[in-house]
Amino acid sequence: MPVTKSQKIKDEIIRTLLEGDIENLEPQDRETVDYLKRDKITQPVISLSYNTASIIAGADETFEAIHEYLEDRDIDARLTQMGSPGLVTAEPLLDVQLPGKAKVTFGNVFPEKVSDILDGVFNNFIPLEYVLGQHPNELHEPWENIPYIHELSFFKTQKRDILKNCGRIDPESIDEYIVNGGYRNFLMSIRNYTPEEVCDLIESSGLRGRGGEGYPTGKKWKNTLNASAEKRFLICNAGESDPGAFMERMIMESDPHSLVEAVAIASYAIGAQKAYIYLESEYEMACRRIQKAIDQARDYGLLGHDIFTSGFNLNIQLHQGAGAYVCGEETALIASLEGKRGMPRPKPPYPSYRGLHNQPTVVNNMETLLNVPVIVRHGSTWYKQTGTAKSAGTKVFSLSGKIERSGLVEIPMGASMREVIYRIGGGLPDNKDLKGLLIGGPAGGALTYEHLDTPIDYEELKELGCTLGSGAMVVMDEETCVLDTVKYYMHLLKEESCGKCIPCREGTRRMHEILENITKRPQEENGSFTLHRFKGVINLEKLAHVVRDTSLCGLGQRAANPIISTISAFRNEYEEHIFERKCRAGVCQELSTFYIDVDKCTGCTICAQKCPTSAIVGSAKKPHFIVQDRCIGCGICYESCKFGAIIRK
Amino acid sequence: MQIEVEVNNNNITARKGQTILETLSEQGIQIPTLCRLEDFTPTGACRLCVVEVEGMDNLVPACSYPLEQGMKIRTHSRRVIEARKMIVELLLSNHPDDCLYCERNGRCELQNLAAELNIRERRISGKKNTAKLDLSSPGVVHDPSKCVLCGRCIRVCEDIVNITTLEFKGRGNGTSVSTAMNKGLNFSSCVQCGQCILVCPTGALHEKSYFDLIQEAIGNKKEITTVAHYSPSVVVTLAEEFGLKPGKQIVGLINAALRKIGFDKVFDGSFGSDIYVMEQAAELEDRLDKEENLPLLSSSCPAWIKDLEQGYPDLLPYLSTVKSPEQITGTIIKRFCLESKDQGQNDIFSVAITPCPAKKFEAQRQEMTHKGIPDIDAVLTTRELASLIKLYGIDIHSLTPESADEPFHNSSSAGKLLASVGGTAEAVVRTLYNNMTGKDMNNPKLSKLRGTKHFKELSVLMNHHQLNIASVSPLKDIRDILSDLQNEGSGYHYLEVMACPGGCVNGGGQPFYYGSKTLRSRVKAIHQIDEKSSVQNSHNNDMVKSFYNNYLGKPYGSNSRKLLHTSYTKRDIML
Repeated sequence: MPVTKSQKIKDEIIRTLLEGDIENLEPQDRETVDYLKRDKITQPVISLSYNTASIIAGADETFEAIHEYLEDRDIDARLTQMGSPGLVTAEPLLDVQLPGKAKVTFGNVFPEKVSDILDGVFNNFIPLEYVLGQHPNELHEPWENIPYIHELSFFKTQKRDILKNCGRIDPESIDEYIVNGGYRNFLMSIRNYTPEEVCDLIESSGLRGRGGEGYPTGKKWKNTLNASAEKRFLICNAGESDPGAFMERMIMESDPHSLVEAVAIASYAIGAQKAYIYLESEYEMACRRIQKAIDQARDYGLLGHDIFTSGFNLNIQLHQGAGAYVCGEETALIASLEGKRGMPRPKPPYPSYRGLHNQPTVVNNMETLLNVPVIVRHGSTWYKQTGTAKSAGTKVFSLSGKIERSGLVEIPMGASMREVIYRIGGGLPDNKDLKGLLIGGPAGGALTYEHLDTPIDYEELKELGCTLGSGAMVVMDEETCVLDTVKYYMHLLKEESCGKCIPCREGTRRMHEILENITKRPQEENGSFTLHRFKGVINLEKLAHVVRDTSLCGLGQRAANPIISTISAFRNEYEEHIFERKCRAGVCQELSTFYIDVDKCTGCTICAQKCPTSAIVGSAKKPHFIVQDRCIGCGICYESCKFGAIIRK
Repeated sequence: MQIEVEVNNNNITARKGQTILETLSEQGIQIPTLCRLEDFTPTGACRLCVVEVEGMDNLVPACSYPLEQGMKIRTHSRRVIEARKMIVELLLSNHPDDCLYCERNGRCELQNLAAELNIRERRISGKKNTAKLDLSSPGVVHDPSKCVLCGRCIRVCEDIVNITTLEFKGRGNGTSVSTAMNKGLNFSSCVQCGQCILVCPTGALHEKSYFDLIQEAIGNKKEITTVAHYSPSVVVTLAEEFGLKPGKQIVGLINAALRKIGFDKVFDGSFGSDIYVMEQAAELEDRLDKEENLPLLSSSCPAWIKDLEQGYPDLLPYLSTVKSPEQITGTIIKRFCLESKDQGQNDIFSVAITPCPAKKFEAQRQEMTHKGIPDIDAVLTTRELASLIKLYGIDIHSLTPESADEPFHNSSSAGKLLASVGGTAEAVVRTLYNNMTGKDMNNPKLSKLRGTKHFKELSVLMNHHQLNIASVSPLKDIRDILSDLQNEGSGYHYLEVMACPGGCVNGGGQPFYYGSKTLRSRVKAIHQIDEKSSVQNSHNNDMVKSFYNNYLGKPYGSNSRKLLHTSYTKRDIML
C-alpha cells in the first residue's frame, strides 16, 4: 500500500513521540501535535462526552442540537467526542475551547440548553448557570470568575492517576492518546527492561490485585514468568458484572488505549505472546472501543510481530463473554475461554502455574493492570508514597445510590468513607440520614456510619467482613430497606450461581427464599407457613456461614456476605421485619398496610379508580375505605391522594 | 519426598503432593465424598470432603487440596461436621421424599450420607425442582428429579465410553443433566451401556424394568412356557448381590434359583457363546480367504454396534454379521428347543439375564424378531436377577447347586471367556487355529489378550498366515483405530471391541462395586474356570458339534446365515 503524505507524517510523529523527543519534531509536525493536544488550536473545539452514561442522559439529542446550531450559523468549529471525566450526575458534559482561551466544561447539557451555552461562548462569555469549571493551561488565557475544575469538591481530593485521560481525549483516537504520552511506557519496557526487571518493578511497588483478595501482583507475575512451559498467557479480567459497578465500563469507553497499553506491558513482563481481554458482550460500546483500540495499535505496529524491532511479539484478542457473573472468577473465566461451561475449578493448581490450556496464565483484574503504566512511568518509590503501608496506590470507586454527586472516584488507599461520601460525593440529597454503605457489590458487605472514618484498604475492610472487590459503593439512606437490598443481591447471586457446588447452588436459593418469606404479606400466612418462615429465620445465619465456609469459588464464598454483614449491622431492622412484620423504610410493599383517614378523605374517588385490585370502596363525595383482604400494598393510592388522606403503616 | 503434618492432633508422615484425602485414607480416616470418581481428577463439586486446616479461613476440600509441610488438619471438628451435615440437608431439600418407592432404596449414596451424618430433622425446606422422567429408551431410565448433579455420569460417558450423551444444561439451581436438545435418551447418541448407572449415587439413572411382564408369564403356567438363560459373566458377579465374595462362581445356585422362581426351562447361555465363536471364526476365515473387509470387527456388544451405526456407518461392512451370544441362544431356543403349540411361538416367553441395559435395547431390535415375535421377550440385568430372587423369597444360601437343562447344559470354557474383554478374541483364535490347521493349540492360554490394559494385541502364525489380533475396551480407546481404518486402513485382521472397560464383567447391569479389586476378582474367576476346564475350545464342545450336525450344517453355512446372522442400519441421532 503506497504511503500517503499524511500517513508518512503520522509515522514520523509517532516514532518521535514514542521515543520521547518532542523537541526533535519538525515545526509543522509540532503544530500537528499541539493541535491534537489542544494546546494550540486555530478553530473552536467543541467536545461532547459520548459514552453509555451520557447517551442515557441524552447525548445523542444534544449532539443533534449542537450540530444544527453550528450548521445554521455556518460556524467553523471542530465538533468531537470525548470520554467521561467520571462525574455521571453532570452528564452530558460538554467541553468548549476557543483559540487562545482556557477550555471550559459545562454540565447537564440537555438539547434545550445548547443554544444558550453556545450563544454565550461564541460571544466570549460563559453562562454561569451551566458551567462546571475551566481547565488551567499556561498557554491559555483563563476566564474571569469561573472556578477551576480541579478545585471543585468532586475533583479536589481525588488523585486521578488511572483516570488521567478520561474526559480529556477522544477515546477512538490513538493519535490523541500518543501525543499525551501514550504507549511510551510500553516501548520503554520492551526496549530498556527485561521481563524480570519489569516484574521486579511491579513487585517493589507493592501493587496488589484490585479484583478482590489483594494478592501481590509482582509475585503472581513472577510465578508465571518462572514456570517452565511452552506458552504463557495474560488474561485481563474486565468482566465487571457487579450491580453498582461501572468503573471498568467507563474507563474502557473513555480511555481504551490505556488498557491496551497496560495489557501489553504485563504480557511482556510475564513472557506471554498472546493476551486476552475478557469483557461481557452487554458492554457494547466498551467492546467496540476496545476492539478499535486494538486494531489501531496493531495498525501502528504496536502489536504484532517484532514490535518496533524489540523482538517481542504480542497479539491481543478481545473475548466477549455471554453474560455470566461467575466468569469473573478466574478459573471459570479460563473455562469459558476454552469453550467450556463457565464453571470454576479447584485451586491449587493456581492459574499462574496451570491455567488456560494448562499453560501458566496470569489473570489480572483490569484496574490492577491500569496501575502498571503508571508505575512504569513514575517508578515504585513514587507509587508507594500514595496509599497505606500495606495497600499502595489508588483505588477507583463507582459511587452511586442516594448521593448528590455520583460517578467515578479515584482516591488514595487509606482515604475514609466520610471523605468519599460527604466531601467528594456531596452528601445525601434532601439531607436524609445515612443508613449505610454497600461496598464491593453483592459479594462485598455493608458498613454503617460507625465506620465512616475507617481508612479504606484491604486489611481494614477485611476486619470488618467486607471485600474491596469491584469498587462499587452504593449509599443507602433511611428510606432504603436493608432487607430489600439484601434480597435483591441474593436474587442476583442465586441467578448467577453456576450450579457446580452444592452450598452455593442450593444455599443461595434457600437464603433467598428465607428472605422472601420474611417479607411476605402476613395476611396470606397460615400456621404451617409461619412455622416454615421461622425455621428459615432460625437457620439463616448458620446456613450463611456454611455457604461461606464451603463454597468452591468466590461467588459462593461471598454470597453470604450481604446477610452476615447486615445481620450484625442492622439486626434491629431484621427483627422488625420478622417479628413486628414492619418495614421501617416503607419499601417492602407486602409489609405495608394502608388506611384512609376519614376526616381528610374528600371522596374524590381517584384512589379507587387507580387501585389495581379494586380494594377501595366508597361512593363519590363520601369517605372511602380500603378492604385489607384485597389490598396488595402497591402504594398507588398513597401516591395519588392529593389530600394526604391515605396513611401508611 | 516425605513431609510431616498433624491430623486430629496426631503427627504423621506422608508424601508431599498427595491430596489430603489420599493421606487420610492411608491413615484409615474416612471422609464422606460424593462427586469423587476413582481415576479421575477431582472436580471439587460436592464440598462434602471439606476439612479444617489451621490458618485457612474457609474449610478446605480434601479431595483436591495437596498436602503441605506442617499442615494441621482436623477432620471431624464440630464446624466440619456441621458443614457436611448442612450440605447434605441442602441436597435433601431439593430431593424427592421418595425413598420407600425408589429403585435405590437401601443402597443409595445419599441415604448413606444422611445416615452417616445423623440427619434427623428437616431444617431446610423450600421449592423443589421438577423434572420430566425419561422413559424413552428400552434400557436406561433417567429421572432428573433425583439427580444430585455430582457429574459422575457425564464424565464417564465422555471419558470412558466416549459417547458424550450427557451434559449439564442450564445454570445455578436450575441446572440439570440432559441430552442434546433435551430430547429423550432414545433420540440421543446413548448406546445404553449403563456405565452411567454404575456411577450414579442415587436413583436418577437405572435400568428399565420388565418385571411385570416376567411375573405375568411365570404365573401363567398353563399357557406359557418360560425359559431363562444367562450370559457367562453373570455367573461370576451375582454372588456379590448376596454378600458372597467377589468372583465366587455360583452357576449351580443360579440354575436352582431360577427353577425355584418358576421358570420351566433354565439354559446356560455360554452355549450360545460357543456358537458365536464358531460362527465368528468361520466368518473370519472366509474374509481371510477373500482378503476383503478386514479387520473383522466383533459383534457381541450391542452398545458398540450402535456406536458404529451412528458414528461410523461407513465402517459397517467390517462389522461381523454374527448375532450376539444372547441373541443366538434366544433364536435357537425358540426355533429348535421347544415344541411350540402354535406356529407363532407366542407361548414361549424367553428371558435373558445379561450384564447390561444395552441387551434390552438389542432384544427389541427389528432384526432380532421372527415373524414379529422377538427372539428374547425380556432382559434382566444381573442386579435385577438378584431382586427377582429376593422377590420370590428364595434364600440362595440354602439352595443346592443344580445343572442347567439339556441341551444347553454343557459349554466349553472358551465360551465363558467372552465375559472378560480379550476373551472373545482368545476363543475365536483357538477355534480359528483348529479350522486352519486341523489341530488344537498346544497352549490355548493367550496371555497377551489377558490383563487390565485397555488395548491388548497378539500376533499369531496360522498356516503361513501372520494374523494380527487386538482387543480394545472401552470405546474411548478405539477412536484412533477407527479413524485410521476410515482413512488408510488397518493392519489388523480381527478386532474385539467392548464398550465397557474390561468387558461384560464390568457391564452397566452388574452389581455396584467400589474399588478395582472386585473387578479383578471377577476376571480371575473366569480365568480359573478356563484353567480347570477339560473342554477349552468351542469346537470341542460335544453339544455344539451335534447341534451343527443335526440342525445347522456347517458354521457360516446357509442355515446359519439365515438364522444366526443379522444386518445393521445407519442411524441418525440428535448430535
